[in-house]
Amino acid sequence: MKQLRTIKEINEKIAKGKVVVATAEEIVSMVAEKGVEKTARQVDVVTTGTFGPMCSSGAFLNLGHTTPRMRMSKVYLNGVNAYAGIAAVDVYLGATEIPETDPANSVFPGAFNYGGAHVIEDLLSGKKVLLEATSYGTNCYPLQKLEKWITLDDIKDAYLFNPRNCYQNYNVAVNLSDRTIYTYMGILKPHLGNANYCSAGQLSPLLNDLLYRTIGVGTKIFLGGGVGYVAWHGTQHNPHAPRTEGGVPRGGAGTLALIGDLKQMSPKYLRGVSFLGYGVSMQVGVGVPIPILDEEILQFTAVSDEEILAPIVDYSEAYPQGTEEILGEVSYAELKSGTIVIRGKEVPTAPLSSYPKAKEIAETLKQWILKGEFTLTEPVAALPSAEFAVNFARQPEKE
Amino acid sequence: MIKRKVVLRFPAAVVELPFIYTLAREFDVVANILKANINPRKEGSMVVELSAEDEKYEAAVNYLQSRGIVILPLEQQIIWVEDRCTQCGACTVICPTNALWMKRPEMTVSFCSEKCVVCEQCLKACPARAVEALYLAGE
Repeated sequence: MKQLRTIKEINEKIAKGKVVVATAEEIVSMVAEKGVEKTARQVDVVTTGTFGPMCSSGAFLNLGHTTPRMRMSKVYLNGVNAYAGIAAVDVYLGATEIPETDPANSVFPGAFNYGGAHVIEDLLSGKKVLLEATSYGTNCYPLQKLEKWITLDDIKDAYLFNPRNCYQNYNVAVNLSDRTIYTYMGILKPHLGNANYCSAGQLSPLLNDLLYRTIGVGTKIFLGGGVGYVAWHGTQHNPHAPRTEGGVPRGGAGTLALIGDLKQMSPKYLRGVSFLGYGVSMQVGVGVPIPILDEEILQFTAVSDEEILAPIVDYSEAYPQGTEEILGEVSYAELKSGTIVIRGKEVPTAPLSSYPKAKEIAETLKQWILKGEFTLTEPVAALPSAEFAVNFARQPEKE
Repeated sequence: MIKRKVVLRFPAAVVELPFIYTLAREFDVVANILKANINPRKEGSMVVELSAEDEKYEAAVNYLQSRGIVILPLEQQIIWVEDRCTQCGACTVICPTNALWMKRPEMTVSFCSEKCVVCEQCLKACPARAVEALYLAGE
């Protein structure tokens, strides 16, 4: 396929203020109007965005050395345990960790009002957080107990490191049983009372780079309101998931591990959330720029909600029991309409992932690039991908 | 049997008197205090659930009114804190009256207080805790 431009050339255009950027939502209608060839020649970058609960998130913190010095074997921040089984004063605060005093689901369904994600949000909001640490003493680290109020400024280093974000497509969760169930996909009412889905669809990063042709290790991104990077493919990354003819995964497929400096992020894009009867999670805002290097890359970004299908899964039986059974497939266009039909029944839908926030992120990233504040990067290494011959026959071609 | 949530307003002159004790002892009224407050002018207000046999309830109400206490029906109100809302929509499929609903195609959450029946199901369905319940005294 003919290369249209390089990332270096795009960065030169960014520097000159001549770059052309469109969001992944805008590009859909542009391609429908002008066709692939013309749009590919015109647009240099497509920006994507997503804002949804991403449980596999957390932050590495270096709490700074005390006088006298301390190893810190057990560390709590506002009562939430941070993993300290690494070097002295380094900890990892996981988003879903809850205080040991939280009754969890012993009074079902538990409220899970506070956890690691809320600590991260509080730190970003400039609030004081109670640090409690204990340790055995050593010759080099004699201090054994510490209690003090700290803010993000008091923490020496803080970076977000999320092992699994940005799932490329996801399940639509429903409940076939006769009682309400409480899941990480929200409250699911009995007898197909509601259907909850969780993807920004056509705006979602990996649904705009279906075979990971531009997103790789080292790709610079929008993360939590600041600048971050793709660190690795995420846990459970599965490029070989079933795909449509157009290459769109028909369920959870690729994932990304992300990293970025927490200190420049914002509580607007990293939010602690509580799922009744399930636990704590963090809503994470991510935006990835896609350089339009050739027509195929543009065609991937032009995939619309009508062409992205998600599997409908029963979370009362099939999901917890780990069977592969699905109740059908439905497009994001149908999901966004507010109701879908399952087994002849009209079922109301809820997105969980915020489309207006995803749009805001894609738009913010677009503005950063237009203003020359954000340049694009060559990936250092590719993400594992699938051998897949994409059939673009279904795509409309108008000139 | 009557069981009602009410707001009691106590004038400063009587705020120190043990009304709840009297309600229990003289009128067999079970008073479940939900919220109580005395303001700097020493006027008291209390959100309380009163339950008793019909006749005793009436007698208790007469007794309170004869002492200058104003009894108002309780009105609860649901407050949707737009700033905290992240537009995830989880509440919109739980709300039984569509008071919380999604504007489409914008995909933003909206709240219509006229449709709200204060069932409070949204309080815990909201992952971002952007919904609050407020207890007000109706006039």
